[in-house]
Amino acid sequence: MASHGIRDRVAIVGMGCTPFGEHWGKSLDDLLVDATTEALASAGLAKDDVDAYWLGTAQSGMSGITLARPLQLQGKPVTRVENYCTTGSEALRAAAYAVASGAYDIAMAVGAEKVKDSGYQGLNAFPVPGDGTARSLTAAAMFSMVVPAYARKYGVEEDTLVEVLAAISAKNHFNGARNPRAQFRREVSRESICASPRVAGRLGVFDCAGVADGAAAAVVVRAEDALRYTDRPLYLKALAFATGSGSGLIDPEYDYTHFPECEAAAADAYAQAGITDPRRQLAMAEVHDCFTPTELVLMEDLGFAERGQAWKEVLAGTFSLGGELPVNPDGGLKSFGHPVGASGLRMFFECWLQLRGEATPERQITTDRTLALTHNLGGYPGEMVSFVSVVGTELG
Amino acid sequence: MMRGILSAAGYVPYRRLSRQAVAAFLGSSGGTGTRAVAGYDEDTTTMAVEAARLALRAAPAAAPDALWFATTTPAYLDKTNAATVHAALRLRSEVPALDFGGSLRSGIGALSSALGGSGTTLVAVADLRDGLPGGQDETAGGDGAAAVVVGDDGPGTPLLAEYLGGASATDEFVDRWRAPGERRSKVWEERFGETRYLALGRDAVERALKAAGVDARDVGGLVVTGMHARAVAALAGRLPVPAGALVDDLGSSVGQTGAAHPALVLSAALEVAPPGRVLVVVHLADGADALVLRTTEAVARWAPPRPVAAQVAAGADLPYARFLAWRQMLEPEPPRRPEPTRVSTPAAWRAQDWKFGFVGSRDRSSGAVHLPPARVSMRGGAVDDMEPLPMSDARGTIATYTIDRLAYSPSPPVVFAVVDFDGGGRFPLELTDVDAEALSVGQRVEMTFRRLSSADGIHNYFWKGRPLRSTDGGDR
Repeated sequence: MASHGIRDRVAIVGMGCTPFGEHWGKSLDDLLVDATTEALASAGLAKDDVDAYWLGTAQSGMSGITLARPLQLQGKPVTRVENYCTTGSEALRAAAYAVASGAYDIAMAVGAEKVKDSGYQGLNAFPVPGDGTARSLTAAAMFSMVVPAYARKYGVEEDTLVEVLAAISAKNHFNGARNPRAQFRREVSRESICASPRVAGRLGVFDCAGVADGAAAAVVVRAEDALRYTDRPLYLKALAFATGSGSGLIDPEYDYTHFPECEAAAADAYAQAGITDPRRQLAMAEVHDCFTPTELVLMEDLGFAERGQAWKEVLAGTFSLGGELPVNPDGGLKSFGHPVGASGLRMFFECWLQLRGEATPERQITTDRTLALTHNLGGYPGEMVSFVSVVGTELG
Repeated sequence: MMRGILSAAGYVPYRRLSRQAVAAFLGSSGGTGTRAVAGYDEDTTTMAVEAARLALRAAPAAAPDALWFATTTPAYLDKTNAATVHAALRLRSEVPALDFGGSLRSGIGALSSALGGSGTTLVAVADLRDGLPGGQDETAGGDGAAAVVVGDDGPGTPLLAEYLGGASATDEFVDRWRAPGERRSKVWEERFGETRYLALGRDAVERALKAAGVDARDVGGLVVTGMHARAVAALAGRLPVPAGALVDDLGSSVGQTGAAHPALVLSAALEVAPPGRVLVVVHLADGADALVLRTTEAVARWAPPRPVAAQVAAGADLPYARFLAWRQMLEPEPPRRPEPTRVSTPAAWRAQDWKFGFVGSRDRSSGAVHLPPARVSMRGGAVDDMEPLPMSDARGTIATYTIDRLAYSPSPPVVFAVVDFDGGGRFPLELTDVDAEALSVGQRVEMTFRRLSSADGIHNYFWKGRPLRSTDGGDR
């Protein structure tokens, strides 16, 4: 029993990502065609060169036909995957394992979501017939419970913490303003963030991720074949996944100041990739900032900050674009937007751009570090799925 | 064999509507006192559950072998509402659960039938009373419930009051009526009903006292109820009982709770009665029904968990506009979120101990409490080694909480707390009867049976938390 990982056995050789936003004029099919066409072009491939496809979509369609029909894939193995908000990462994980196993030479992972057609703000889950006793809280409310818990545990005034959260939001808006594909391309001051209408607990509108339509795609091949398709592949160093049992919701031991599923996924990923000091080894990290307190806690769960210290590091600018470890240089879910099934792959897309030096100059990170991390979660505090990957430009 | 009342309890919901506030809102003046208002998440079924829980808690040895539920404002027609009460109280399947429906006489009818019958019968009565805005029924009416456990005197189940006798008078005249589906009751001009009820009430009381072998001068407590205010006042003033015997009918604090009212006022009267007091209850509705009871020595030792007077005192104001919204007389903009879907009948049936009874499970090996009940333990992983753990009477402490301004609710915002229960177990749950601004971590919470929402006419019943209040005896 072990998690061995597939370090350096698979590489990303092409990627595509649509702008995220309110695509009133584009259907899910349009988004899928846009993202896959860009990804294939960047690898110099045609759709028939790809041996197998995985489509991640949380609730925009069912079965592989959702991808096969708009792309007119003939007889290819196409599978739809779903795992809450980690759906896009799961599509990549499946495609990577398929290639690593030797079953296929070339696989594509696609993630897409058409959220804005629902007629409602925010995300709304499929109604599953039930006994009526399940919680009907919004995700914002579930994550808002982190704020008082963290404040109490570490002796931080709640008002101070609210300013820290505003700093996280402002940072991600600052980064998103420098990203032509982001949903919200506008800097927002901490003052406006703090003054925004309350959604749940101490969280305001600007503490919540944007909800967007969008799609992203990646082509993966065996690492030894990677240079045939690009001179700057991204090698997969680690793919780790942890699913909680949901017991955090009913376990009095759980204190809402950390996410054990994320800690577990990070530990596995660091072991796979041989990372011992993430803060000093990573060039950047894309993390799942669905709400600002989520990003705060993740800085500790992922080992970027000591327990109880992340709030100070945020204020010190450690995770800002020019900081020691830039986090969400593309604007994150907050500013880039969150089309559920696409978000995991969008995170890889930013690593793809940054590590290859292809990000827009005003947000390009300059560093000699060659590793980047993506972290993607789904669910709520106490009941969560979590994904962590590490990618790098060098083998070994 | 002595037969009578083994236990009784009233339930008065938390909110109060000030009659002066109603008058001011409508541009007039006057109005005194308040009326009780059921929460937006309460109906006659949930209020009956709350009253029955209190009555059964005070008489743990009394095991009902029948449940009768009466109301004029049922949550369902065709479907038996008493079955929901039965499930929430976790009564045995062999205990029949029956509805007494429709008329204002149904409550006193169920009670007198139980007293005149056999076995142990739990009589639960609840009503929601209102009318059109500005009308007499809206302000004079009230919401509430009462539950009375009727049975035979026995070891471990002493009678609080012995049933001495009763009488009925029935007459056909249209004084107050409401077509099925209508919100508003209509009434005939008052004088006709007053004369009829006065005669019927006197006749019934006279015959009841005779049947009981009690002289009117020995009556220590007189309860007169009915929706015809003039007739009630007239009868109360003309019966030859001693001065001071008339029991406060709660009209100025709770309002007239319709079918529930005789049992509610009787419960309040029992709570303050010394041993040996003769109580007469007379209810005027399409005739008159009179019951004569005498309290026993046991009433002195009885400790009602939450006296009616304490519940009355604990009420908190509700703005009139919110009352109108809760009664669907005003339709506020709903939250822009998908409305809940209907509950699956088989899923609810499978989970009925959990959903209606709030029964979790405890792992025998690790002791870990699981809410909802589980087959596999979260600690140690034991499979199918759990015992059922009833939690509806458990109390807990708020570990953390939030206010959700976006989630769907019939009355936003949703106040939500993670509650750690005394003796183990945690559950994230919705709070009700709560003033969000006054919430704090560490606050104490008890469970209450509520209606979360309705979809396709199916009501979604489940448990919520509510702050324990010392003012209503909740922290006893």
